[in-house]
Amino acid sequence: MEVLDIIKPENQVFCKTKLMTDCALSYCPGCGHGTAHNLTMEVIDEMGIVEDTIGVAPVGCSVLAYDFMNIDMTQAAHGRAPALATAISRLWPDKYVFTYQGDGDLAAIGTAETIHACNRGENIVIIFINNGIYGMTGGQMAPTTLEGMKSSTSPYGRDIKTMGAPLKITELVAQLPGTYYVTRQSVHTHKNVRKAKKAIRMAFENIKLKKGLSFVEIVSNCNSGWKMTPNDANNWMEENMFPYFPLGDIKVDGKLK
Amino acid sequence: MAELKLMKGNEALAEATIRAGADAYFGYPITPQTEVIEYLMEQQPEKRTGMIVLQAESELAAINMVYGAASTGKKVMTSSSSPGISLKQEGISYMAGAELPGVIVNVVRGGPGLGTIQPSQADYFQSVKGGGHGDYKLYVLAPASVQEMSDFVEDAFDIAFKYRAPVLILSDGIIGQMMEKVYLKDQKPRMTNDEIIEKYGNWATTGKKGRERNIITSLDLQSEKMEKRVHRLMKKYKQMEAEDLRFEKIACDDADYLIVAYGSSARISQKAVELARKKGIKVGLLRPITLFPFPKKALFDLANQVKGILSVELNAGQMVEDVRLSVEHKVPVEHFGRTGGIIHTPEEILEALEQKIINNGSIRHHKTRESSIL
Repeated sequence: MEVLDIIKPENQVFCKTKLMTDCALSYCPGCGHGTAHNLTMEVIDEMGIVEDTIGVAPVGCSVLAYDFMNIDMTQAAHGRAPALATAISRLWPDKYVFTYQGDGDLAAIGTAETIHACNRGENIVIIFINNGIYGMTGGQMAPTTLEGMKSSTSPYGRDIKTMGAPLKITELVAQLPGTYYVTRQSVHTHKNVRKAKKAIRMAFENIKLKKGLSFVEIVSNCNSGWKMTPNDANNWMEENMFPYFPLGDIKVDGKLK
Repeated sequence: MAELKLMKGNEALAEATIRAGADAYFGYPITPQTEVIEYLMEQQPEKRTGMIVLQAESELAAINMVYGAASTGKKVMTSSSSPGISLKQEGISYMAGAELPGVIVNVVRGGPGLGTIQPSQADYFQSVKGGGHGDYKLYVLAPASVQEMSDFVEDAFDIAFKYRAPVLILSDGIIGQMMEKVYLKDQKPRMTNDEIIEKYGNWATTGKKGRERNIITSLDLQSEKMEKRVHRLMKKYKQMEAEDLRFEKIACDDADYLIVAYGSSARISQKAVELARKKGIKVGLLRPITLFPFPKKALFDLANQVKGILSVELNAGQMVEDVRLSVEHKVPVEHFGRTGGIIHTPEEILEALEQKIINNGSIRHHKTRESSIL
């Protein structure tokens, strides 16, 4: 048997996600964004809803998400994606509208838009990538940067006396009556990837059922910003990020766990 | 048959928005334009036409809701007053960059800062010189009556969709708050989702169905692409100047002197023209209806006829700069305006015309220009 026989399409176990474009990802090697993109596109593909899906990605590393996600997308100003998604969802109630936002975007500059979209219970999905740093601008302190963690704007470590404590925005929005499903996942191991996909699927199913807002946080790495190898970054994430941002469902079916 | 009503400017604008077949309004309360959202909430347009009205958490959120809705080809509006319009500049710049249609209404109050809730025209610069960041312009309509608050809504939407660009209705606290009779247009039907997909499917993000994906963005990291985008915008503005300039000439045919004024200042100046003519002074009024495009050529031509021009504005002197640029120093151009929410009287305007233009004559050219504020 020749190699070319083995790589025939019918023998493929894993293949490229259909709704991802052929454009090479601009994310750093080892970054979790690519996996989170894949999972989101797989869910949309498997649910057969691409014709009715509209994505919104604002400023941050994922500002170019529209280069990779082969769906209709609107690029938003920094932090404002939930406002855009609110309007789109209100005017196209049968569409699947989601935002894809980073921590600086969602939990700092866009705090008001995030909280109010959650509080109104907009029928949308928010996918929130939390890597504790501003990746695109080159590793500045984010609202979710851990205490003592070094970044280019906290070069001596985050001092919570002067810089505030890392913001648990996901726990915060879970308190609001408008959120129906709030969960925190990661995509750094096979097991976690499968769980995260299940969570994203549930979030999109909730749109179909018009249940209100689903909020999926993905705690992720930023090996460039953290200045670590991808492997070290994942280990550091497990040891430091997960104790402060514990994985698991926070609110299911509108009820706090 | 148009319906005749007595209404406030803000209410007439709100009613016209429903009747224009708008899909949504997103707003945030601020004096002196709060009646717009109050009227819409009270009217429940969702029951009348299916139009959505939402009170946003901030002006920023409201303009970004407009941005989101516009990116799907919907006909949407937001309104505010000066400090709120400052907040909206981010979204307006993004809309211009991403080439999205939408209508923004500014019922101007005095500034800077929190300023005053009284009427003003101090947002002229902000409206016609860009306002937000980057190389862009807004098509700016300046209503001078409650009737125009109503009429300009549909005009603004037409221009917004003709050019896929944000359009500003620049009103002020007088026009917004005063009551006049107004003929309301008949209800236009809203476009259905299928019609929107059919008409705007080549650019709007309505879901990738039977076509390649659509992307709405103002980002071009490649300089050559970004420059191309800027050139595309500039081409639109040139076309606006060629095709959609609007102004009104009142008593200009035999005029020796000219007043230039827009919005509420134009209404008051019209009375000043009457007073002047009673005294035997031949004064005309040029009212720009669009502030961008600006009636440059009309002014340039009138400068061959009149001996001097007074720009009357409720501000410390803003439009006067464009009037001077237009007439290229052929005749003296001075500014008269009140600020702080004080409204000039027709008598004051005539007095200013006599002092600054008529009696100042040729010596003016040899004098250092004094403050033009009364």
